Amino acid sequence: MEIYSYSFLILLLPALSFVILALAGMKMSHKTAGLIGTTSLGLVTVLSYVTAFAYFGGNRLADGTFPTLVPYNFTWLPLGNLHFDMGILLDPISVMMLIVISTVSFMVHIYSFGYMHGEKGFQRYYAFLSLFTMSMLGLVLATNIFQMYTFWELVGVSSYLLIGFYYPLKPAIAASKKAFIVTRFADMFFLIGILMFGYYTDSFSFSFAGNIVMGEGATPFIAGNAAKAVAAAGFILPTALVLMFIGGAGKSAMFPLHIWLPDAMEGPTPVSALIHAATMVVAGVFQIARMFPLWVEYAQPQMSIVVWVGVFTAFYAAAVACAQSDIKRVLAFSTISQIAFMMVALGVSLPGHHGVLDNHAQLGFMAGMFHLFTHAMFKACLFLGAGCIIHAVHSNEMALMGGLRKYMPVTHITFLISCLAIAGIPFFSGFSSKDEIITACFEYSPVVGWIMTGIAAMTAFYMFRLYYGVFWGTENKEAHEHHTPHEAPATMTIPLIVLCVITMGVGIYSTIAGFAGWGGSFGQFVNAEGTNYTIHFNLQIAATSTIIAILSICLATYIYKGESQPIADRLYKTFPKLHRAAYKRFYQDEIWQYVTHRIIFRCVSTPIAWFDRHIVDGTFNFMAWGANEAGESLRPWQSGDVRQYAVWFLTGTVALTLILLAI
Amino acid sequence: MANSIMFCILAVVILGSAVMCVTTTRIMRAATFMLFVLFGVAGLYFLLDYTYLGAAQISVYAGGVTMIYVFAIQLVSKRTLQGLTERMKGSRILWGGLLALIGCVTVILVLWKNQYVMAGMMTPDVEVPMKDIGQALVGAGKYEYVLAFEFISLFLLACIIGGLMVARKEDNK
Amino acid sequence: MVPVQYYFVLSALLFFIGVFGFITRRNLIAMLISVELILNAVDINFAVFNRLLFPSSMEGMFMTLFSIGVSAAESAVAIAIIINVYRNFKSDSVDSIKNMKW
Repeated sequence: MEIYSYSFLILLLPALSFVILALAGMKMSHKTAGLIGTTSLGLVTVLSYVTAFAYFGGNRLADGTFPTLVPYNFTWLPLGNLHFDMGILLDPISVMMLIVISTVSFMVHIYSFGYMHGEKGFQRYYAFLSLFTMSMLGLVLATNIFQMYTFWELVGVSSYLLIGFYYPLKPAIAASKKAFIVTRFADMFFLIGILMFGYYTDSFSFSFAGNIVMGEGATPFIAGNAAKAVAAAGFILPTALVLMFIGGAGKSAMFPLHIWLPDAMEGPTPVSALIHAATMVVAGVFQIARMFPLWVEYAQPQMSIVVWVGVFTAFYAAAVACAQSDIKRVLAFSTISQIAFMMVALGVSLPGHHGVLDNHAQLGFMAGMFHLFTHAMFKACLFLGAGCIIHAVHSNEMALMGGLRKYMPVTHITFLISCLAIAGIPFFSGFSSKDEIITACFEYSPVVGWIMTGIAAMTAFYMFRLYYGVFWGTENKEAHEHHTPHEAPATMTIPLIVLCVITMGVGIYSTIAGFAGWGGSFGQFVNAEGTNYTIHFNLQIAATSTIIAILSICLATYIYKGESQPIADRLYKTFPKLHRAAYKRFYQDEIWQYVTHRIIFRCVSTPIAWFDRHIVDGTFNFMAWGANEAGESLRPWQSGDVRQYAVWFLTGTVALTLILLAI
Repeated sequence: MANSIMFCILAVVILGSAVMCVTTTRIMRAATFMLFVLFGVAGLYFLLDYTYLGAAQISVYAGGVTMIYVFAIQLVSKRTLQGLTERMKGSRILWGGLLALIGCVTVILVLWKNQYVMAGMMTPDVEVPMKDIGQALVGAGKYEYVLAFEFISLFLLACIIGGLMVARKEDNK
Repeated sequence: MVPVQYYFVLSALLFFIGVFGFITRRNLIAMLISVELILNAVDINFAVFNRLLFPSSMEGMFMTLFSIGVSAAESAVAIAIIINVYRNFKSDSVDSIKNMKW
């Protein structure tokens, strides 16, 4: 355990960087602030990789699982029976998340040197990035659900601060408020779930079975007494878990709580890459993965909720993405759709026999986590590429882009690779992960399997629609004469290249490993049981999904590649209302607005506000008025009249004497 | 016998003057009635064979204090001297009278009900010798009053000086 | 011999007449005069206690003596204050010094 004693640095360094940049940032030059942020992140990345090598390269336990290591755990707030701990927990999924978060964050830090160059508030930006990174790392390293909730909220705050970075602009402020309020609303359910869970099981710790190795001085976990919860009432644990899922659904932008994510694109593009593509939005998925043993044991019927919410969200988001015209909005809806894929993957991981996870059922869990990993890489690459494009064209609208492949070669190639990855073409990383998910879906139910395949096709379609619209299609000649778009500076292209290399590397290795049955693939490290799991591709499904993906790409090429898009225009004219509805995201925002303003505000909030103003405040105002009146009535006693004082003096004396005599 | 008659006369003088003193509207008359009261009390002391005390009462109280009051009245209540009288508010009289009456009744009842050991009945009717008083006043032994004597002389000095300080005319610069 | 209670009654009556005067009068000097009446009543009480109940000791007489001295001093100081009040407020009525009113 001593080898992990540096693990607290992983949390401490970004926190220090945040404090330094927040307090002294304005006195530093932009370059210094950026260097401080990036260096601390670089160190964190190195430490994360060291941890990962040590952990995964280390010994497995006797039954083949990786041990759950807890180098640090201390009691932060003892509350009678329960206590809130803070600590660091290392197990396969958290170590994997460490790699994801630190890599993407580091790339974003480097990228932001170029993207945010010359922006006012550069130092503030880096401070908030450090805050976010620390919060996210704390979330995945949490030892108990309450610590996770604490860092969950911190992540929400960082997101709010970063989305509202351009705070002089009204849309940015509105978007940041919306994001915070929607996720906070969802977190209310999360908190209720946590409290139910803690109350009935007498513990907040993630101490389900498994082999936990505590570090020295770490407060031992009190095992949650799930049997007690079940004995209290059968529905308690499932309800608590579902409530927690609702919280996760808010953070991960599941329908209908997804409304904040497209608007969150008002923030700077690197922020969108880091937070709203790779890390924060997968917090909900991570939460279910973390609580997975409980879901499997006690809440199996409820997993279908997860599945169907995921399926519907994926479909909805894909449909809307087909009609968006803003490059970042397309990517945002694509993110929503892909996260729904991950949720579905987790949801379909049913054990074959009751309570026992057999080989096939572990597939969903492992696939979901793998997709999280690969998605983070290629989505971050897509967003950063979009940032380069926006930087060149000075606008988000696809209508102003076109024919950029001549001017921005590096961006072009990396964008193309990432699009192929997300479409699920073999030898690119998205193929293995998505294919596994679809395989798991087919095992759960063929209906779900075919729906997910269809959505995968739509994914390929709209991504290539985006690709062709940006890099092929009609060039915006006028704008290009004014100001030729140029390739982004090195600080912006290097992260793109790095992420692409990871995507391709993982993709090539996992494809070949999947077909040839090699070891060393993802499943060996991360899966539900913790044991070795070798990925075997189901050839039938792999072939089907590949063919469908290629067909979608061809369709998109056919429709969108040329200089003009006659078919697209004809479709638009034939179904104007449908297009409009999809463009407006099927009026989801309007529906929420209606519900909150007309129903909740009018019928619930107004009476409560009336009650508060008149009755609660009224009581205290009355008491104050009463005290005031009492004082006013006593005031004339101080009349300044000596004789009156004498009268009262005498009266008192006589009265006292009489009383004493009487007694 | 003679004592009782003397006592009655003195009591009438004292109480009558006191009542007139507090009810008259003209301030000079109040001072005069006060003088009569003081004389009456001095008489009472003589009746009790406290000749020294009676003499002190007359010289200090009836002589000194009354003079102070007369001078003060001259200085302060010019209007009143010129015949303008003080108005007395009716409600206040009622209230004050009632209160005084109740207090009086209480005190008298207490005093009357108590059993007093009449030791004084046995003493001869002689006055306290002056020699004893003198010795006690400046003696330093137990139950003797030299400390109080010195103190009161200083006290009087301080009060006079204090009074002068308070009442002096401020110089207008 | 006059019974001692009569003296007490006399002194009590004088005392409460003084109190009545203090409460009722508005003129400052009249109030002071009433206070003098009260002090005199107290002196009578001391003297009587001493002479008729404890003739062998002299404490009562000396108490009365010193009380006379003290009241003389106190009258002097009080008059000085009243003169000051008259100078500042141009009035000899107790209603004029109500500055410590609310």
